[in-house]
Amino acid sequence: MSAKAGFRTPLSRARGLGSAKHGVGHFIADRVSGLALIPLSIWAAYGGLKLAAGGYGMAVEWLAHPINAVLLSLFIAVGFVHLRLAIQVIIEDYIEGFVAKSAALIANYLVCVLGAALGVFAILKVALLGAF
Amino acid sequence: MTEASSGVRERPTSPHLQVWRWHVTMLGSILHRACLMGLFVGALILVGWAVALASGHQAYAAYTALLASWPGRLVLLGLTFALFFLAASNLRHLMWDTGRGFQPKTADMITIAGIVFALVATAVVWLIAAQTGGLS
Repeated sequence: MSAKAGFRTPLSRARGLGSAKHGVGHFIADRVSGLALIPLSIWAAYGGLKLAAGGYGMAVEWLAHPINAVLLSLFIAVGFVHLRLAIQVIIEDYIEGFVAKSAALIANYLVCVLGAALGVFAILKVALLGAF
Repeated sequence: MTEASSGVRERPTSPHLQVWRWHVTMLGSILHRACLMGLFVGALILVGWAVALASGHQAYAAYTALLASWPGRLVLLGLTFALFFLAASNLRHLMWDTGRGFQPKTADMITIAGIVFALVATAVVWLIAAQTGGLS
């Protein structure tokens, strides 16, 4: 037995419940998306202020602008990537029981993917087709 | 003494919220997670806004009326704070990731700075909204 393998208890080795080797990827994706969200959040607050002062026509015009359409799509997509990773950790920390935890993790994943797809599609529809 | 030596000593349990001495980094940690959960709902509200806009004039008017109601404004106010606090808190965690800022004084200071930044930024955004007619 190598010295490295000695760090694991025999029971842990038998169960095969070591690190899944996904931790670093999760950590980096969480931090990088969090970093990207800092300027996007400030831009979103600025955009929100503009939108709050106008009505439907103004909102359509705003979203028809390519920069706004791209940045809002990015805000939604990167936001859901970050939320998916962060909420996953909260679920893993607080929800006990295999079934409940798995159900919450799957729901988290699916809601985030659905939210991002729906949001980006709605933005593209307005940006490309305009108001009806 | 006799109690401790007579039998198996009770093992220490994980610290719970109510037995912790309150400190600001603890508040920062709790706020970080609370804001994340709030923003999960906030992200869905934003998607709802985009879908309402794509659905046409009537849907958009109904949706924005909901957002402009007092409960709606309260939610948006909370989300504004959560957005700014998470931006600051993510920056704080990036600093900690480099191994810096773990001295209690520094850790407290950057946590307080994040909370103050979020409060001030939220106040500024909503004051501008009041000025530009976003709150009419």
